[in-house]
Amino acid sequence: MRGAVPTGWLRIAAPIVVGVLGAFAWALYVEFGDAPRALPGPADVASEFVLRWGIIWDEMLITATNAAIGLAVGTVLAVILAGLSATWRPIDGMLAPLVAALAVIPIVAITPILNTMFGASSQFGRQAVATIAAFIPVFVNVLRGLRQTRPVHRDLLRASAATGGQTFRKLTLPTAVPYLMTGVRVAASLAVISALVAEYFGGPADGVGTSIATFAKSGRASLAWAYVGGGILIGLAFFLVTALIERIVTRHAPD
Amino acid sequence: MTTDTTLAGTASTGAALAVSASGVGKVFPAKAGDVTALTGVDLEVRAGEFVSLIGPSGCGKSTLLRLIADLDEATAGTLTIFGKPARRARIDQDYGIAFQQAGLLPWRTVADNIALPLELHKVPKPDRARRVAELAELVGLSDFVDRYPDQLSGGMQQRVAIARALAASPKLLLMDEPFGALDEMTREYLQGELTRIAAETGAAVVFVTHSIPEAVFLSDRVVVMSPRPGRITEVIETGLGPVRDEALRETPAYFAKVTEVREALHGAPTQRANER
Amino acid sequence: MSSDPGSLPRRRTRGRGWAAVGWGVAGVLLVAILWEVYKFLGPSEGVVIGAVEGEAGSGVLILPRTHDRAMPHVWSMLIRLGEPTSGGATPPLVVSVAQAAVMTLGMAALGWLIGVAVGMLLGLAMQRWKLVEWGLLPWIVVSQIVPLIAFAPVVNVIGNQIDRSGIPWPQWLSVAVIASYLAFFPVAVGALRGLEAPDRIHVDLMRSYAAGYWSTLVRLRLPASVPHLLPALRLAAANAVLGAVVAEVSIGMRGGIGRMLIQFAGQASSDPAAPWGPMFGSIALGLIAAGSVALIGFGLTKYRRGEAAA
Repeated sequence: MRGAVPTGWLRIAAPIVVGVLGAFAWALYVEFGDAPRALPGPADVASEFVLRWGIIWDEMLITATNAAIGLAVGTVLAVILAGLSATWRPIDGMLAPLVAALAVIPIVAITPILNTMFGASSQFGRQAVATIAAFIPVFVNVLRGLRQTRPVHRDLLRASAATGGQTFRKLTLPTAVPYLMTGVRVAASLAVISALVAEYFGGPADGVGTSIATFAKSGRASLAWAYVGGGILIGLAFFLVTALIERIVTRHAPD
Repeated sequence: MTTDTTLAGTASTGAALAVSASGVGKVFPAKAGDVTALTGVDLEVRAGEFVSLIGPSGCGKSTLLRLIADLDEATAGTLTIFGKPARRARIDQDYGIAFQQAGLLPWRTVADNIALPLELHKVPKPDRARRVAELAELVGLSDFVDRYPDQLSGGMQQRVAIARALAASPKLLLMDEPFGALDEMTREYLQGELTRIAAETGAAVVFVTHSIPEAVFLSDRVVVMSPRPGRITEVIETGLGPVRDEALRETPAYFAKVTEVREALHGAPTQRANER
Repeated sequence: MSSDPGSLPRRRTRGRGWAAVGWGVAGVLLVAILWEVYKFLGPSEGVVIGAVEGEAGSGVLILPRTHDRAMPHVWSMLIRLGEPTSGGATPPLVVSVAQAAVMTLGMAALGWLIGVAVGMLLGLAMQRWKLVEWGLLPWIVVSQIVPLIAFAPVVNVIGNQIDRSGIPWPQWLSVAVIASYLAFFPVAVGALRGLEAPDRIHVDLMRSYAAGYWSTLVRLRLPASVPHLLPALRLAAANAVLGAVVAEVSIGMRGGIGRMLIQFAGQASSDPAAPWGPMFGSIALGLIAAGSVALIGFGLTKYRRGEAAA
């Protein structure tokens, strides 16, 4: 048994130490090792990031907007369909295998086809891909949440002669909300990744992903990596916001 | 009865004792200051003796058992098992252990679960098979050796756990409320089985329970413990003799001992309130 | 997944399996019908909101165009699969799609293997040493919530440089490395969770047997981790396919399904049903990858007995 104080301290320190060591090793490798030209040092990337912050921010906004639209629309669709699935068995029967299949197929592959349907200048393909990506975890989690009411609670409401609507409001919904938030947190990262990756599959020549591909090919490695940093920032922002909401909503949830 | 204890106390040298604890204590470090789980425990368990530890939750009875098993380490005092330090005894497999949950590995059959300790200590396969058959016979599960744990009732699972604890023929059996999760009828049946098994194997047993009748029915001595801090408050000799059958549950001697243990237990909280 | 004990008749599960397939087919048919109904009813140029008069391409298209170039008939897509890939004597589209899919599947499988190996090692190390878990787990999690796949093009450039410097580094290796990056995460997390899954009582028991790290690992932790590992491996397979397709496209590698998709999408105005071939191919790819891993689960059923009980 180690004391409580030092372990708590180690928990914070350990990842920081690993991060610093990693950055240090990276810098040393680039400085003295036989690093490929496409791998600039962390300092180069950082300075490029600061220097080009203006244009990086513009592209970040485009990718982040696509991801946000996808997350929002995907969540709404998922909640509606999960609600229908929980209510009507035939819908559940048809949706369950479709969603299971959707979860294992590379959805971004549909981007070029969507671009054809909506026109190459439209962001719709990217947003749609982000929507589908966000839809899956929210749907799965909400459906699980809607089926999660404990028998003892159901019995209690039944014994209290609660109506169907009351049961939904007082029991089913509060039980499902924490699951919804977990789904949204997972979906947030997926929406960002999908929106960004979809940019590799054509569409308008903007966004973080497009920029990374462009600058990596034209040999401006530092700038490409700075854009990777931009993508990381979007991912972190989406994660932190949704994780915070989840934390607030699930404050009182058991477990 | 008291003469008996003294006799045993004087006659026993270190090696003859299954468990010998003197001044044993256990302190858990915690954020809000250290928690004393156990303090000043002196206890001797003779070879072949059946001793129960009883007391309200938080009295440290399970902690004491875990110290004997070397699952946790004592922070004070000395503790020897058959004259060796607890750690040595664990490595030498001098004891077998069973918990409140049967703790069977769900992916192993009954036979494979019983064989686990033997496998770990590189007992050759034919010997292992023979021993497993013996043990299955002993706990009355010969027809179920190929079943998986989820196909057994709670009582049967617990019997497998007992067989597993006996696999390496230990001279000491440690049991932490093994019948705590079972229904009363299964429980009484298994109590009878356990006294028979203990007598047949000649093993000493340290048995943690919170049931007074169970402690009295099974034990040669009942160790009454009390919480905050966990300690031994009284040791009661049952003197009910070697035969423990269903008839015993109806005898006045048995009832008298149940009453005595109950009073010893209920004295404890009052004492604690006075101390505060 | 229900609470049925393992010994219950398997027939019922199989019946449920066929029912699920039936429902799934119904679902696919419904999607196809919705597609055709919208194509029939929707306006040919789609629905645009906020368009400026006389300015082509302005406004936002919220419903897609329905003419045959944008939305081919479902049957056109299927018929197209049997026609030559690019006219003349080229093999039928379905054959080309299958070849491309096999190539992508190969790279995904390699990526999956690398990812599983790395993930298992990380999981084992994190389980064994708390300090490793504390130091690495936050970074592993962060690596997945951020779109680090964005560096795929950079991996390729680095790979090419290594190749030029004398150590052979074929392009498919870059694809596999990128795929492995997406695959390792679920395995690392699943392995860690699975290896820590044994109850306290089981760990105590192994300690009471004076069993060392390796026997505890082999007899207790690895078997107990199976129910956690299987979904992780399946997820890793799906991720590896996704990673391989994305990697192909982002580094412009030829021969795989992702590249084929881009290529055909470029010709969609003259041959609108063609991109649907590789599209169906990538769907099949994902299902095959996940299905193959599910097969592993059949070999390990006895380690999954706890799933129902727990």
